[in-house]
Amino acid sequence: MPDELADRTGHLKIILGYAAGVGKTYRMLEEGQQLAAAGHDVVIGYFEPHGRKDTIAKTEGLELIPRRVVQYRERAFEEMDTEAILARDPEIALVDEFPHTNVPGSDRSKRWEDVLVLLDAGIDVITTMNIQHLESLNDQMRKITGIQVRETIPDWITKRADEVVLADLTPNALLNRLDRGVVYAPEKAQRAKTNFFKESTLAALREMALRQTAHEIDVRNVDDSSLHPMGTAAAARSSQAQPVAAVQERILIHVTEAPTTAGLIRRGRRVADYLKADCFAVCVLREPLPAESRHAIERHLDFSRRLHIETRILEGTDEAEVLVDFAHTNGVTQIYVAKPPRSVVPFLFRRQLVMRIVRLATDIQVTVVADRRKRMN
Amino acid sequence: MPEPERSRPTPEQLLKQVEAEELHQRRGKLKVFLGYASGVGKSFRMLDEGRRRKARGEDVVVAAVQQQAPGDVEEILRQFEVISPRLGLASPCIDVDAVRRRRPAVCLIDGLAYKNPPGSQNSERWQDVDELLASGISVITTVNLQYIQEKQPQVEAIRGRSVGESVPESFIRRADEIEIMDAPPEYCVTRTEGGNRISDEEATRLQHQLSELREIALVLVAEVVDSQLEDYLRRQGIEQSFGTHERILVCVTPRSNASLMISRGKRQAERFHGELFVAYVEQDQMTTQDQETLARNLKAAREAQAHVDILHGEDPVAAILHFAEKQGITQIFVGHSLRRGWWQSLVPNPVDRLILEADGIDIRIFPHGAASEAQ
Repeated sequence: MPDELADRTGHLKIILGYAAGVGKTYRMLEEGQQLAAAGHDVVIGYFEPHGRKDTIAKTEGLELIPRRVVQYRERAFEEMDTEAILARDPEIALVDEFPHTNVPGSDRSKRWEDVLVLLDAGIDVITTMNIQHLESLNDQMRKITGIQVRETIPDWITKRADEVVLADLTPNALLNRLDRGVVYAPEKAQRAKTNFFKESTLAALREMALRQTAHEIDVRNVDDSSLHPMGTAAAARSSQAQPVAAVQERILIHVTEAPTTAGLIRRGRRVADYLKADCFAVCVLREPLPAESRHAIERHLDFSRRLHIETRILEGTDEAEVLVDFAHTNGVTQIYVAKPPRSVVPFLFRRQLVMRIVRLATDIQVTVVADRRKRMN
Repeated sequence: MPEPERSRPTPEQLLKQVEAEELHQRRGKLKVFLGYASGVGKSFRMLDEGRRRKARGEDVVVAAVQQQAPGDVEEILRQFEVISPRLGLASPCIDVDAVRRRRPAVCLIDGLAYKNPPGSQNSERWQDVDELLASGISVITTVNLQYIQEKQPQVEAIRGRSVGESVPESFIRRADEIEIMDAPPEYCVTRTEGGNRISDEEATRLQHQLSELREIALVLVAEVVDSQLEDYLRRQGIEQSFGTHERILVCVTPRSNASLMISRGKRQAERFHGELFVAYVEQDQMTTQDQETLARNLKAAREAQAHVDILHGEDPVAAILHFAEKQGITQIFVGHSLRRGWWQSLVPNPVDRLILEADGIDIRIFPHGAASEAQ
């Protein structure tokens, strides 16, 4: 490899799916095979066979970097051996299951962190993930599937990818595969069908994956929209094609100790991403604050930072006034607040807060964010 | 004026529904592989699916394939029974009668947008497919985004050239299944341009065009999936929405800062590939000036390509929420006057009630009054 390429960051490609069995891993290996056939130096960094014959057959001829064994609580776990891949220094590494959480005692806690290390070393990575692992969709996923996904991946990581490609399959075809035992062993397949693999659930997940992929293209296209006289595809879509005046939006998320705050942060982050807006998470500490509330607020601020949201801690007795002052000084265009709780007394208190913010905000829009966690029937 | 509410179906409507359902049962199933460019592997996927179904014991035949099939396609093709096309016309076309006589369970038909030669039964291939479906034969087919009629103005604006053939979008939307072949553009660039070397600049431009087409194709499939999902939920009697699709409802009154709300709503809907609704709850007493303002606002809404609805009801909040639930709205934009002092009152005001009663919907409040004077 020529020297000038040594400093280059690796190219990241994510193959996105909406459920197990749609063919993400297969697709990753197939691309690996094609690249290897075209003379590229490809290795399998990590691969999860799930006992699927077709998929395993696709690994044939590709070099497999052996996994590392990590001992945890007197049991042996196998993880990707990032150091071994770095030492081997291939051109391209195939890494399955991007959102995977490594067993405690590993060098890094998440596989995506391992992938970032590979990219920094100039290795191209092709990886796989399902839509339900995307952090900003966590509440909606719970609503759709009834499952709280714990292994999430912050949205900014997917923005880091040069490319997001969808592995599409219709739910009908997926259910057929499930029935034929391609995806899971028979008894597990039966259980899966009554829970996650309901056709309506799959359709909803698939729609989210399709839209997310379109969005990932959109954000990458907007930057060089000058290439096209019509502007972005979004603008070309409206037949009148009148460009909407670009407003630099700045979103302020009001962080409190309330349990709905995590959902509020995710939603704010998501809207900010779509509007290409700046995003702040701000809390107002009032004295005296019980230790429990303080911890909850710290947790929420930490969570915001993990999602690459700038955080600020303000102090003062009048929460609404402090918040709106900050908003005005910082050119905020939208304030995001949580929905007031249903019970009467706290409701009156929160409502007063919301209404006071609205009153003080004058030219700033205030969004009361819904609680999206509720499972639908 | 649009109807305010959809009422429960009458017995006649139900009967029609049952009849439609029965017809649907007898009809063959249509599966479409959609691509945003040639070279993404649609034909291969179609044949591969046919091969799998055949292996599972289904009676599968091929009625049309592209002329210049790549080598890997040719190899699979040999495993199928092929119904010979009708010859003797200016170009070959599907022999619909022969397929009907053969009566397979599944028929593979490449290139749905193909224009039949003069003298054939139907002028377009999709009409042949429609006939086969009607006679109970399932069809697996392929189509390229550029042939979908309603998308053609956008596609032509991006590609700068037009194509002669087209398939109505409604036909694609009626498909039982639609699957997208999503491949990164550079893959197609090398494929579509074949052996001819193109300059880097040209390649970048082409890639950019292709990724815009790719985006349109993904959104189209998302919309088809969304409407299928909605139909399913409705049939199951589930009124709630999954919220997979952003739908923004802007509530206008004569006094609200409607143009700002509509332009923000439009922008948000566009960025999310979502839909924009603008609604107004009818009020009895309105000054002439109010009426004029309202008419202006609704005109602006139509210009923004919003779905415009006029709602009725004694209780405006209930009317809005009812509408929002029916339409699967995810965000409501509402104006809030700063002039009046009722924000201090203990009696919940309409905005309070919206916030409290809206389930799973974000409420975005646009202050007006003080604000619009300040601007």
